[in-house]
Amino acid sequence: MTMTAAGPVTDYKAEASQLFLRKRLMNFGLPAVILAYFVYIFFAFDIPGLSERASLDNARTLVADSYSYKTHVTYDARMDGLEIAIEGERKGTYDQGESPDWVTRTDNGATAQLGGGHEVVFADGAVRYAIPGYGQIAARPSRSGVEMSFPQGELDDQPEWINASKNRLTVTTDAGRLTVTRTRAELFKYQFGWELFWFTLDSPFHGRSFGELVSLAGSSERLVEGKSNLAAMWHDFWNNAMWRHSEVAWAIFETVLMAFLGTCGAAMVALPLAFMAARNFSPFMAVRFGIRRVFDFVRGVDALIWTIVLSRAFGPGPLTGSLAILLTDTGTFGKLFSETLENVDGKQIEGVQSTGAKPLQRYRFGVIPQITPVLLSQLLYYLESNTRSATIIGAITGGGIGLLLTQAIITQKDWEEVSYYIILIILMVMAMDTISGWLRARLIKSDDSGG
Amino acid sequence: MAELSAQGATGTDGVRDEYMAQTRRKRLYSGLLLIVFVALMVAGFQTADARNAGGFWDGWHNILDFPAQVWGEAAEKAHELPGHLVTFFPALVETVNIAAASTLLGTLLAIVFSLLSTRGLARWPRLIPVFRRLMDIMRAIPEIVIALILIFVLGGGPVPAMIAIAFHTVGALGKLFSEVNENASLQPVEGLQSVGASWPQRMLLGVMPQVAPNYLSYALLRFEINIRASAILGFVGAGGIGYELKNAMSWGQGQFDESAAIFILLFLTIVFFDQISSYYRERLTKGKLA
Repeated sequence: MTMTAAGPVTDYKAEASQLFLRKRLMNFGLPAVILAYFVYIFFAFDIPGLSERASLDNARTLVADSYSYKTHVTYDARMDGLEIAIEGERKGTYDQGESPDWVTRTDNGATAQLGGGHEVVFADGAVRYAIPGYGQIAARPSRSGVEMSFPQGELDDQPEWINASKNRLTVTTDAGRLTVTRTRAELFKYQFGWELFWFTLDSPFHGRSFGELVSLAGSSERLVEGKSNLAAMWHDFWNNAMWRHSEVAWAIFETVLMAFLGTCGAAMVALPLAFMAARNFSPFMAVRFGIRRVFDFVRGVDALIWTIVLSRAFGPGPLTGSLAILLTDTGTFGKLFSETLENVDGKQIEGVQSTGAKPLQRYRFGVIPQITPVLLSQLLYYLESNTRSATIIGAITGGGIGLLLTQAIITQKDWEEVSYYIILIILMVMAMDTISGWLRARLIKSDDSGG
Repeated sequence: MAELSAQGATGTDGVRDEYMAQTRRKRLYSGLLLIVFVALMVAGFQTADARNAGGFWDGWHNILDFPAQVWGEAAEKAHELPGHLVTFFPALVETVNIAAASTLLGTLLAIVFSLLSTRGLARWPRLIPVFRRLMDIMRAIPEIVIALILIFVLGGGPVPAMIAIAFHTVGALGKLFSEVNENASLQPVEGLQSVGASWPQRMLLGVMPQVAPNYLSYALLRFEINIRASAILGFVGAGGIGYELKNAMSWGQGQFDESAAIFILLFLTIVFFDQISSYYRERLTKGKLA
């Protein structure tokens, strides 16, 4: 008797300790596996070598450019010409005789007050830069090299913020940067803000305060012939050559359009196919199997490959992006919808059938009301997610805000535009998220058929 | 009596009329909505068509040209195909590694973020809205934005892609996880608190066992999505099979056999991981593994 009782007890004990052992193994094993994988990744992705590849200079330019702009003052010694341009772009060049308030044009050059006592004088084919606490550097570009003189020391024992060689002098201070080469001298000054965001230099509205603009909009005195001030303001803002507001607006619209057409089109194509792929609606196994494999195929090929294939046929643009999203999501929606259809309640269909409804009416009144909430919520969820996909597809195939973003990044100098686009993209996705959430709440609540 | 029944009749008539009117109105609204929707779709497609480089009607019969060309070249050089598959396999492994590492990293961070933004569980309840907003922003930024910027700063390779995808994953999973957390029972947490467990202990021992299966299921779904994302990011310069595909495509006609090999690898990988993940997700949701 005692023997038989002891048997199961030891069994339980062994079982329990085995369970504990397994749990312990799991608790230590899982973190160990994750850690081991990260160690593998650490070496596989060559993270130790990252510090060599990483460019802190790039990071610094990126951060500095995203909230500030620089003005180039270029002095050509031989031509005796002076050019002042925002970001060094032709679109941002000041007319002869005009200048920002920190530059004073003189008869034979200019004087730039960089602030904090820093002063740069361009005159008679030479540059003089007075630096407080250091002294005055003079440099003259010439065909044989840059002639320079320093307040103390020679060319090769200067502080590290001065980079001097026979043909080039670069002085970098907090106030600005001066570069002198054999042909010219160039001064950069960084200032806070996104200059020319509203109006470019050629617009009569540039440089005016908000209050002035409001009073101008209300006044009858016209700054531009034949146009009311408000219309002229809008025209100058909308066609701003530097920030290209109208193009950006179109690009955002194109991206949203791609997401909308792709998502809604996919849902329209997928719905009838989903009926054919659902077990309880399609009597033919072969058809079901075939359509499911089609869904798997278009989903598996993925938007990337569809984009490449379609852009070969249609070229870059929003249509290609729409169709790529449409094809991929037909597969996704087909799968989701057919799963939903397989879970519908048969009683409602029977009820409708008992009133003598024909098959099409059975679908319309027995099935559609049951699945609409689920379908709509899926659709709206994908609409938001596809706005992001459309940005990415736009970057690959060339359309919408994605293209503008990649272009701006590739040029590697318009970082303020990059940050502008990023802000717009985030706002766009968040707006789509809000709209789709709002629609979901409204459409599904107003429909009393469950879900 | 007569009066009453007559009144009753007009009553039902009135109700019926009202009902019919309501139905008609409802139908009218639905019809109008449908018309607006169809108009939007048509106008949208026309706009997209007009702004596209090539029109739909000029190009649609060319859709199959490119696949046919790739197929033709691949078939012609069929004997080289196994070699190409072997050549590009390491790149494929890199793409999958990017997806796996970023999913893992993103999941771990998302767990922390989601716990910090769930009412009743949060370490600092006042900061819940902050963490929620943070996750919203992380979710809203497309991977490509971060990837492109990091490629500029860190140089090309898998690391920018990994960080970019992990960043987005934190936002996406964090939201789903915090929905799961809201359904977790607080009793184990309170029990642990009563014996003096610290916050990490409470979360690890009280919450994790309840939510782990759901977490795992969402993370697997995310892994599927991230494989696609990592292939796409490769195409803009972040290493892996996407990068090889871009190179293979740029060699143009006569060299499409390599593209074909990459298409095959990518397709098989996506389908393979889709199947595995949906199998395990099914098991997790049906409770066999949990």
